[in-house]
Amino acid sequence: MTVITKKPENPIAHLTDADVEAIGAELDAIRQRVLDSRGASDAAYIRKVVKVQRGLELGSRAVLLGSAFPPAWVLGTVGLSVAKILENMEIGHNVMHGQWDWMRDPKIHSTTWEWDNASTAEGWKHSHNQVHHTYTNIVGKDNDLGYGIMRVDEDQRWHPMYLGQPLWNFLNACFFEYGIAAYDLELGKNLRVPKEKRSEEFRTGVRKTLRKIRGQATKDYVVHPLLSLPTGSFLPTLAANFTANLVRNVWSHSVIMCGHFPEGVETFERKAIPADETRGQWYVRQMLGSANISGSKAMHLMTGNLSHQIEHHLFPDLPSNRYAEVAPQVKDLFERYGLRYHEAPLPQQVASAWHKVVRLSLPNGWLEETTVKNAPQQLAKLWKMTTGGPKVRRAIEARARQEARRAAQAEPVRAA
Amino acid sequence: MTTTADRPAAVAPRVGAPDPSRRPLARRLAERVPPTVSRRAWRLAELAVTPLVPADYLDLVSPLRAGADLRGRIEEITHETADAATVVIRPGADWQGHVPGQYLRLGIDVDGVRHWRAYSLTHGPRADGRISITVKAVPDGVVSTHLVREARPGTLVHLEQAAGEFVLPVEGGRFLFVTAGSGITPVIGMLRNLFPSTDEGVLRPERSAVHDVVVVHVAPTRPDSIFIRDLEALDAAGAIRLVARYDDQHGLLDVDRLDELVPDLAERRTLACGPAGLLDALAAHHEARGLELVTEQFRTARVEAGEGGTVTFADGTVVEADGATPILDAAEAEGVLMPSGCRMGICFGCVLPMTSGAVRDLRNGAVTTAVPGETNPDGVPVQTCVSAPAGACEIAH
Repeated sequence: MTVITKKPENPIAHLTDADVEAIGAELDAIRQRVLDSRGASDAAYIRKVVKVQRGLELGSRAVLLGSAFPPAWVLGTVGLSVAKILENMEIGHNVMHGQWDWMRDPKIHSTTWEWDNASTAEGWKHSHNQVHHTYTNIVGKDNDLGYGIMRVDEDQRWHPMYLGQPLWNFLNACFFEYGIAAYDLELGKNLRVPKEKRSEEFRTGVRKTLRKIRGQATKDYVVHPLLSLPTGSFLPTLAANFTANLVRNVWSHSVIMCGHFPEGVETFERKAIPADETRGQWYVRQMLGSANISGSKAMHLMTGNLSHQIEHHLFPDLPSNRYAEVAPQVKDLFERYGLRYHEAPLPQQVASAWHKVVRLSLPNGWLEETTVKNAPQQLAKLWKMTTGGPKVRRAIEARARQEARRAAQAEPVRAA
Repeated sequence: MTTTADRPAAVAPRVGAPDPSRRPLARRLAERVPPTVSRRAWRLAELAVTPLVPADYLDLVSPLRAGADLRGRIEEITHETADAATVVIRPGADWQGHVPGQYLRLGIDVDGVRHWRAYSLTHGPRADGRISITVKAVPDGVVSTHLVREARPGTLVHLEQAAGEFVLPVEGGRFLFVTAGSGITPVIGMLRNLFPSTDEGVLRPERSAVHDVVVVHVAPTRPDSIFIRDLEALDAAGAIRLVARYDDQHGLLDVDRLDELVPDLAERRTLACGPAGLLDALAAHHEARGLELVTEQFRTARVEAGEGGTVTFADGTVVEADGATPILDAAEAEGVLMPSGCRMGICFGCVLPMTSGAVRDLRNGAVTTAVPGETNPDGVPVQTCVSAPAGACEIAH
């Protein structure tokens, strides 16, 4: 991927300003239709999900009180994993987006909700709702592009450190909730600041996050194992809770990678975004910067309807249960305006996202150019770039770009 | 609904508090556990369910238990007239009872949205521990129409404790009630308490002997009058003197000629409940004659959405904004420190409670209103970055 404006074929070059504004008006109309029809059945939906989730969590934890008995361990762990996934995805994420604020129920409201996660609702609402959803896929503005620890775009400069990113993307998946908490705090950036110069805001954030983590860890790794002690299930319950958190983390990491990381999702250049970006332009950026997961109703529920990532990014505050119904209208709009509606089944999207993580862990073009035949030369080039320092890297990169340009001239780009 | 009573708040005896022997067994048992033990058990439960609280789980099975947020369950809905109904509610265990004449605030979900309204309690404390309100469906009245026509027994509603000083002093005296339309509802609560109606007719218990009551009831027509049969029965039994005035028969009531209807007006304390026009006229009339008046008004103010207006913040800062400027921008321009986020309505980082007034969503023109005493007790949350004032409004920030 490279930012949209630097591509040989800009996928939105064919849209006139009037087209962009017409797209905006159509999407506003779709949004309004949902707003006008929001009602008791939507409220009943979220209340039912909350009720089922709480019942499932309570039931699973009860079963785990006897988790020394292997079938109880399996049943309880599966139930708790599902409960945690539902809590984070379909409930927490969406409630904190304000999707259910219109009900005016203080118990299901973005201003009062706290979720079962290491990151605080407050910190997450800032980094996710405000930064990521406003500046979606703008390189240098949207930290969700790689969460500040990965290179997921050609336009992010390669550094030998990125060779390890497949490994730490895997570790991040396993401990995703802590990764997100660190990300919300902008830990990397703030840790580089001398201790006495760190902002009060950062220090308060750290305190709140540590308190949250302590509460969460106490619940899963102390209180529930202790409650299981009478049946001799201390360690099995501890292991079950750890497993459920691991499952939830890997699942949500996978789903979230599918939202913006698959190959073919567009990114944007900071200076190409007008300061007075219109609603239409903002919509188009959301349309091309997101990707969907196709699948069953159960899949949509377990992804918190982030399988409808495109619809979610267009309408982050519409109730999640309505995305499926607007998706065909949105898809139709994409087709009419000749835009790519990026949708694929989960395994395909996950593989595509991982492919990108691996590809971009290497210098631009390195993976594509490498064949069995030229592997030794390519490895030698990689070695040089890894050990040679910034000057050498830039020289090699410049030479590669030149060669690519020459190759492109020799073989003209086929018309799309 | 607010009372404009000019007397100090009466120390109202809380009648109808639950009899200790009737409390649930579980609660009585819980009270026998030493407080330190139960506190520790509760703390453990809190640690086990964080970041939720034990109540989030208990609410699923027992929403009316002691210690829960105050709620009630609708048990009966009886139609009084074509567009009025009495709703009988079983309140949660923490209901503290009420004095006849008081009102309560009730929150109910209509089309998925929680609305709060205030209604007079139309019974004195009842032996069965239930409470009742009587609701008249008003045109465009989202909640009243819902309660009269759509609500079904079994529905859970949210409650606040009874409030209001529109009550009869226990020591008794001579009173004139002036009621109009559904202004009869708090009065009927008081009268039913004074003079219980049974199969043997209207009772006159000892406590009512010290009360001498005249009721001037004003309504467009007789069939329009909620509780008119109850009033007529009380009158026939000699418990009260009823002066019913129907616009279609008697013409509109002229307040200046009230002493023709009630010759001993000057010896009575007047309690009035009805629309603002009537109450204002009564206030002027009584003030000119130096008479005592206690009023209770339904619908203090209907919010009419306009274009732009003043935004008042909790610290008293007043900011002026036109109908196209978001509250957030207007407030920041005046130096008010505001929570903010994306500034385009998607991140919900700027949500603040509006306690009164109206705002308009700049994206689609939708108007949100807040009426003190009616809508959410803690204010209606609004997104300040996409909302412009539609008339004067108050933001709790």
